[in-house]
Amino acid sequence: MHELGIVFHVIKSVEKVAKENDITEIASVTLELGQVSGVVFSYMEDCWKWAVKKTELLQNAELRMEEIPAVTYCEECGKTYGTVEHGKICPHCQSEKTYLIQGNEANIKEIEAC
Amino acid sequence: MGEFKVLEIKQSIFEDNDKDAEAVRAELKEKGVFLLNLMSSPGSGKTTTLCRTIELLKNQLRIGIMEADIDSDVDAKTIAEQGVKSIQLHTGGMCHLDADMTRQGLKGLGIEDVDLAILENVGNLVCPAEFDTGSVKNAMILSVPEGHDKPLKYPLMFSICDVVLINKIDVMPYFDFDLEKCKEYIAMRNPNAKVIPICARTGEGMEEWAAWLKEEVNEWQTN
Repeated sequence: MHELGIVFHVIKSVEKVAKENDITEIASVTLELGQVSGVVFSYMEDCWKWAVKKTELLQNAELRMEEIPAVTYCEECGKTYGTVEHGKICPHCQSEKTYLIQGNEANIKEIEAC
Repeated sequence: MGEFKVLEIKQSIFEDNDKDAEAVRAELKEKGVFLLNLMSSPGSGKTTTLCRTIELLKNQLRIGIMEADIDSDVDAKTIAEQGVKSIQLHTGGMCHLDADMTRQGLKGLGIEDVDLAILENVGNLVCPAEFDTGSVKNAMILSVPEGHDKPLKYPLMFSICDVVLINKIDVMPYFDFDLEKCKEYIAMRNPNAKVIPICARTGEGMEEWAAWLKEEVNEWQTN
């Protein structure tokens, strides 16, 4: 359960921000997760519901997740393509010299708090 | 209840862990302790490889082992029989260790009299790769029965490893394992990874591995 570890890290980071900003209640936490970040949204939800109950600040906080599509760049032909559809090999020129330019993110975007 | 406002954070979820990991590495450097993070699938031979490694190096280096598992202490007992310091860490259901858990583990183990600390991470090719433990080097074991295509299936794990040990090469004739293909796939993910074929049971290749490890420890302690 890699999602549980991620949830704990999110809670820890948010609690730190809350302390620095004198926040007493958090309504929601929004994450940006890449399509190939390996994070399963439904597991995140379950882990979140379980883990926030153990906190004071985040008891009622809703988890929101935004997906960032995965895009790969081909060094050979300079074009980009959808990573999930085509994988490692460029569909334009069949080159293997490709790398991911976005879609691996795991960020805390924002929180709603007072 | 006051009014809710939106606070922009824009921070990587792993940022705190990465900072903790840097702090662990700084402490290790100061104390002259080399930490190896050893990862693999369950059943690839991590503990057997460790026992052999200890045999080869225990007269040259002071070794301490941290065994991380979800439950049980069978591995720590096996290691303790090798006559080196060891500690069992339980992750409580989690599939990996993070830098803070590693820090607690090192504290529990006691590293004042250790040159080489080895963390045997939870058997898993996915999650341990996401979290920097604070180790100086990362190694992974891929065993022959798992197949030579694993670097394609678990790219992140192979891309973060400094060394890949290909274990159980004694059974290669019985499996459809192509060593050259495997090396090629690893190089695609990580051209800098060193690949050492070994058999922990018979000892084949273990000297090359032990020599690499000793060299890395020396370099960490002197530079």
